[in-house]
Amino acid sequence: MQTQADNNRVLTGKHFMLGNYAVVEGALAAGCDFFAGYPITPANEISERMAARMPEVGGRFLQGEDELCSIYALTGASLAGAKAMTATASAGFNYMQEGIGYAVAAELPLVIVDVQRCRGENYATQSDVMQMRWAASGDYEMIVLAPSSVQELFEHTVKAFNFAERYRTPVIVMSETTIALMRENLVIPDPKDIEIVNRVRPNVPPREFVPFKADPDGIPPLPDLGEGYRILHSLNPHDEWGGISWDPDVFETMYERIIGKITHHRDDIVETQGFFLDDSEVVLIAYGSESRPALDAVQQAREDGIKAGLLKLVTVWPVPEKEIRAVAEQASVILSVEMNIGKYAGEIERASGDCCDVVRVTKNRGEIHTTAEIYAAIEEVAK
Amino acid sequence: MKGNPLRRYLREGSLPHFFCPGCGAAQVMNFFLKAADEIELDFDRLVAIGGVGCTARIPVYLHADALHGVHGRTLPWATGMKLHNPGLEVVIFAGDGDAAAIGGNHFIQAARRNLDVTMIVVNNLNFAMTGGQVAPTTPERLRTMTTPYGNVEPRFDLCELARTAGATFVSRWSTCRSRQGTNALKRALQHKGFALVEFVAQCPTNFGRRALRTGDPTKCVQWIEERSVTLKEAKNLSDEELKDRFVLGDFVDYQRPVFEGSSILTTGGEK
Repeated sequence: MQTQADNNRVLTGKHFMLGNYAVVEGALAAGCDFFAGYPITPANEISERMAARMPEVGGRFLQGEDELCSIYALTGASLAGAKAMTATASAGFNYMQEGIGYAVAAELPLVIVDVQRCRGENYATQSDVMQMRWAASGDYEMIVLAPSSVQELFEHTVKAFNFAERYRTPVIVMSETTIALMRENLVIPDPKDIEIVNRVRPNVPPREFVPFKADPDGIPPLPDLGEGYRILHSLNPHDEWGGISWDPDVFETMYERIIGKITHHRDDIVETQGFFLDDSEVVLIAYGSESRPALDAVQQAREDGIKAGLLKLVTVWPVPEKEIRAVAEQASVILSVEMNIGKYAGEIERASGDCCDVVRVTKNRGEIHTTAEIYAAIEEVAK
Repeated sequence: MKGNPLRRYLREGSLPHFFCPGCGAAQVMNFFLKAADEIELDFDRLVAIGGVGCTARIPVYLHADALHGVHGRTLPWATGMKLHNPGLEVVIFAGDGDAAAIGGNHFIQAARRNLDVTMIVVNNLNFAMTGGQVAPTTPERLRTMTTPYGNVEPRFDLCELARTAGATFVSRWSTCRSRQGTNALKRALQHKGFALVEFVAQCPTNFGRRALRTGDPTKCVQWIEERSVTLKEAKNLSDEELKDRFVLGDFVDYQRPVFEGSSILTTGGEK
């Protein structure tokens, strides 16, 4: 299943690279061989670099006529066997929800990068954090990764492909204007040190293959189109054979399995990072670029004798409930730090139960929090 | 039906189909199977694509790889898979809603790019599956569920649109012209590039009963036939005389490079 990354795709070495470019290099290192996108700022550098890089590695690049074309081209390419990715920004991400719904129902591995921007402008924001999870119609679970640096844009893009392939599902990389348009040091490892996951393909001939009968872990093998398996890939509720069915039992069973692929593998998917959590009384919870000033503020608070800590969420969806609960049980107060009106704070409150107070530290003016602003919030609760 | 030699191309367990008695889309499925059989189309390499609508159900019944269930996105699906694997034989079954309304821009762009697929449009002149609403293809003055006082919008000519956009094979027939239509499908399936075959088709249940005031399939078919002229006949008619007619025939058949992606390594571009 696991193969090594192809050497000529991987720009091993030290770079000083734009965040959007790091996404491209992460995708290529993960084996991406199909990209489709529609122009939108601040995601354009991803498309532009893909247009140059994809033909170099034998992949295909499509500039779609709109976001719908892009997302559906991904699903078509994915079914044909490609590792496919698109990149967009908040307003464009709206349009893709329809295709994401299809990718969920048809169980297609693909990666979507959303470089979040403010409504109508390209200012910094994290306001899509709910759109990531809830915007497509129907019931589903979503895997969403939140990088906070150029290095993490590279690494999380690789992870996103691996999750997509492992669980036969769309995965979202939640980028932001802040990191996408920033240049930073990036170290790209040797291909042999990059873990690559490829989808499971059937190991039986077509006449013995039941296309949506899952292995015990819930993920059916996926053959490429045109190999003689002759499968119907419908959005509509379908039985183990792929036949469209109006049987309520079929509908229920199908979505239990599709949702279960993620909920049952929660521990494999969820990732957080803790800083100074051992004895902390004031715990900040942040994701994406906001975790950077949050960590700076925590370090400053420590220097000033305040027992502050940071829980940085790498996986935003599914919610790291156990990890949030654990810090809630220990801390006296949680600060939920976000660059929006305070959206994910509701999830933190839910996961915390009644263990401790959750204070919302929000900023919704197109700018990232400064360290001083977050420090002031820590000081306020630590009084 | 048991002895029908075309039955082997249908997916086991998918019947009975859901088409109404006298449905034109079901006839077009039959034309396709005849054409596919005669040219010995490899069903292992076939990917049949349907969006949403009555016509979009055709791929559900074919024993082939198939995609189904999202309205208007047939061509984006096809674009992704054809770029990744040009060896696939991709055939799209679209109603006029899929092709001319919600998927209209995809249709124009795929024709412009000369994407190497066959697109079969069953034009039953209305949104049939949803109960008979007006479509961009509904002739003027006719009554539908959403034009109770008569349609005031001019209709789309899909073949003219495809030709202008750059499609390299364009043909229109009606369900009355099974032989010509099946032949057109054979040529479309063998054509390299964007091939469109449009069938003007009867929908007795929703178009017939409302627009034509008859649910009788034969009368609906007669109504289409009475308004049909061949391309040759059309040359002697004025635009005004052609306004409510269906022009049948082969509009375009030529070759040009097919779409392989928006960025291709070449020896050098324009300086």
